[in-house]
Parts: sequence; C-alpha cells; structure tokens
Amino acid sequence: MLEITNITKTFNPDTVNAKLALDNLSLSVKDGDFISIIGANGAGKSTLFNAIAGDFITDTGSIVLDGEDITLIPSHKRAKVIGRLFQDPMRGSAPGMSIEENLALAAGKGGWLSKINKKDKEEFRQRLSLLNMGLEDRMQQPVGLLSGGQRQALTLMMATYTPPKLLLLDEHTAALDPSTAEKVLELTTKIVEENHLTCLMITHNMQSALDLGNRTVMMDKGTVIFDVEGEERAKLGVSDLLEQFKLSAGKALDNDRMLLT
Amino acid sequence: MSLVSATALLQTAFELGLISSLTVLALFLSYSMLNVCDLSTDGCFTLGASVGAVVAISGHPYLSIVAAMLAGIASGFITAILQTKMGVDSLLAGIIVNTALYSINIAAMGNSSLLNMNKTETVFTKMKTLLADTFLEKQSVLIVSLIAVVLVILFLSLFLKTKLGLAIRATGNNPDMVRSSSINPAFTTIIGLCVSNAFTGLSGCLLAQSQKSVNIDIGTGMVTVALASLLIGGVFMRKGKITAKAIGVVIGAIVFRLVYTVALRFNMPASMLKLVSSVIVIIAISGPYLKSKYPEFKRRLDHNKARRAA
Repeated sequence: MLEITNITKTFNPDTVNAKLALDNLSLSVKDGDFISIIGANGAGKSTLFNAIAGDFITDTGSIVLDGEDITLIPSHKRAKVIGRLFQDPMRGSAPGMSIEENLALAAGKGGWLSKINKKDKEEFRQRLSLLNMGLEDRMQQPVGLLSGGQRQALTLMMATYTPPKLLLLDEHTAALDPSTAEKVLELTTKIVEENHLTCLMITHNMQSALDLGNRTVMMDKGTVIFDVEGEERAKLGVSDLLEQFKLSAGKALDNDRMLLT
Repeated sequence: MSLVSATALLQTAFELGLISSLTVLALFLSYSMLNVCDLSTDGCFTLGASVGAVVAISGHPYLSIVAAMLAGIASGFITAILQTKMGVDSLLAGIIVNTALYSINIAAMGNSSLLNMNKTETVFTKMKTLLADTFLEKQSVLIVSLIAVVLVILFLSLFLKTKLGLAIRATGNNPDMVRSSSINPAFTTIIGLCVSNAFTGLSGCLLAQSQKSVNIDIGTGMVTVALASLLIGGVFMRKGKITAKAIGVVIGAIVFRLVYTVALRFNMPASMLKLVSSVIVIIAISGPYLKSKYPEFKRRLDHNKARRAA
C-alpha cells in the first residue's frame, strides 16, 4: 500500500545547524493498516508525515503509494489521495469562509466554474449530521466561529470527504480538552473503520497507542527502532513499551507531553 | 454656491467615484480576498490608461477597453509569477513591476509622457452620440461608468461563488487548506491577480477617456486612494454577502470623492488629495489597533497616578 524505502532528509545541510531529521528510514504499510507512531521529542515523527505528504522532497529514497511513485509529486497533488490532520485545529479550514464553502472546496466536485447547488447542500447537511454537533444547522456561518473541537471534527470530515488512500493524523486531538478529544477520537475510529482507511497516527498517549489500531511503530533519531503488531503487540503494556524504548534507543523515552496512562 | 454648480460638483464626484471604484473593486479582490497588497496598482492603472488611449486614438474606442483589460491581465500575471514561482516577496514583486511599468507606459505612449484625446472618439463620446437629444445627454460619463461598475460587481459576485472563486478566497484565508483540497495556491494567486489587474486597467482606461487625456502620472498614488476607499467601504458593509460588500466598496469610493470635493470647496489645494488619502488609510488601519491598545494605556496612566499618590 505505502512503501517508504530508505528516505533521508537533512535540514540546513552544510551549516552548523544541519539536522538529520530522517535517517535512511524504511516503512512498509499494508492496506487497511492503522499504525500508531510514538517517539521522543524531535524523533522525526512529524517530519516523516511531512515527507509523505510532500511538504518537501526527500534527499534520498522513494515513496510509493498504491503502486504510484509519489517521491517527486508536489503536495497539492498528493492531497488527492492523502488526507491529513494537524494538532492545530485552525490549520485545516478557512476561518473566514462558511462551513458550506469549506466543504465545497474539500469535496472538490465539479469544474472550476461550478457552484454549490441544492443537491450538494443536502449532501453536506447529511454528512454534517453524522458529527452530532449540530453543525448541519449552521452551514452558512463562518468556520472561525466554531470551537476547536468542532473545527477539528469538521477538518476530519473534510479530509475524508472523498475517502483518501492514506490518512495521516499528527496528534490531532492533542490540543483539545479531554472530553472533546475523546469524541474526536471516537469519530476518527468510526470513519476509519467505515471507509476501511489506511491510517498513520502520531500520538503522545502511550495507552491509546496500544489500544488503537493494529500496529505500533516507535521512532528515534529519524528512523524506526521498534515495530510491533498482532499477538506480540496485544501482550504489551505501557511499561513494556518504555522498556523496549530504553532497549532500542539506549536511553529513557523523553517526551514532555507523554501520557503514560 | 449656486445650486447648479453644486449639482455639477456632485456629478463630478459621482463620476470619478464610480470610475475609481473599479480599482477599489480590484483591490477588494486582491487585498481583501487574496490577502495580497498589490503595489503594482499605480503602474497598472497608468498602463490601462495609456494602452486604452493609444488604441482609442488609432480609431477603436470599443477595442480600447478590451486592450486596456488585457494589458492589466498581462501586468497582473507577471506580478503573480514573480511572487509564486520566482521567490520574490509579494510586496516587492508589486514595487518592481510598478517601476518597470513606468518605462513600458512611456513606450506605449510613443515615447511621450502625455497623450491628448480631445478629438478622439471614446466610449464616452459614443454614448453621448447615442443619447443625443435625450435628457441624459450630459450624463454619458456617469452612465458608462455605472454600466462598467454594475458589470464588474455582477461578475465578481458570480465568480467568487464558483469553485475557483472559493479557492481564491481560501488562498487569502488559509493556503494550507487550499493545498489539502488538492488545489495549487500559486494557481489561484495567478488567476486572482490577473482578474484584479484587468479591473485596474479598465479603471485607468475609463478615467483617461473621460478626461480626454492621459499623462504618465495619472495612476500615481492610486493604490492609497483605492485602499482608503476600500476601508471606508468596509465601514458601510462590515458583514453580509459578497455582493453587498462589493456595493459597499463602491459607496466607499464615491463617499471618498464627495468628501474630497467638499474639501476642495473649502480651498484645499488639489495636490492635497494624496495626503488626505494617506491619512485616511492610516486612520482606518491603525485606528482599531490603537483602540485595542487603549486599555493598556489607561492602566499605565492609572498605575503611575496611584504610585505618585502613595
């Protein structure tokens, strides 16, 4: 499904600030995988996502998604098949435009000169009602008026409006209050299951890293140091994960936002 | 002041307001929607005026409108390419194009800085002939500019509701979101600046033809005048749909001209226009900022007073 082979990225090369952010990283993702990704601060988790989404082109290696080599494809073209959510709920939607207009752009239907018609509106309304947030009655309101949780739920819906081949979740519930975070996470698993999406999720919550999905990947210094799935994963607890990190990275797992429960 | 001269003044203010409102509508698209402050506006305005004048003088009054708009599109295209594909900062791109346009404009006018259209057939004289012997005979400038403004507003309110229009608005709002909707923000910026500069060119063309002359300074300070009008217009239509906002923008342009005309009656020299427009832009932009800072200022004052008292 997604084949990442030996990708490397150095930021600010040939300067004193040179930083090897991805170090010969390879990862093979199977169709329908839901992988949780954990690691210390600066391990390269977000950089890996940025590389997959095409924010920059990697220095070496290749990225193949569903048989298509996307290594050199610009990010807006990759966005057709890759959905993405960030920690910042403000990043995924245009605050000055209405919910309806945001959805119309995300849905991406019709030609350049097409307009939102009645049928589209009905479809948006029906989709929004699935979020159970009452947004279907506020379609004309600017997105800037929504709360962080509502905006993140909306972004999730926009990113998966046309089911993408790959969904990237970069700590997308970290900026939300606990109960909202839980609700958004519930929505996420529901949407992922219903559409059989292949999904990578960065989290700092060790417990949900083990609870969610079918596979867990641990990163350090720009590469994968531990990759576990199936029965072996089912037997793991949070303390085992921490132990494993110490074993593989040779130091204690240090993440200032890490939740151990 | 007699009633006749008052109505004449009023009419001039309306005519100038309507013609310059086309530039204000251009900034409504580039500044308010696309979030790009297009500093090539002055040069592009003059480009529209000079290209339009040259084509009109050669005997094609209708074609002059098309030519001026096409020239505007070309200018906007270059400004957009510089900032989206060549790494030039967007403000700098505008300034560079503006400077380059000075030479282009002189060249377009046949190495002259002044063209006279006293005996030239223009869209206004055409309209005057059409309205001959009706009560509207003397309103030809008003009618032509009104038609242009209505057409541009109509176009904008339809265009900004299409998918392309939505994408242009989103580009000014959140370019990340545009990219994740599989649209290239460079593309929307290019289209947006081409369209807005077409209106600026049209505006320059109409002003030159209504004044029956064009000189190289016709567009100088236009960007500030237009921004002032845009910000005044924002006061009228703070909220509402695009069409309402666009109409507010036109009202802003007319109000600006009215205020200016009244000021002239009080013996303000005509050269003060640019100073007045700069002051309006400063007040409109820094007013809200200073207002938000007032509580802090008041707190300092009270604090120091309390300390002195103690």
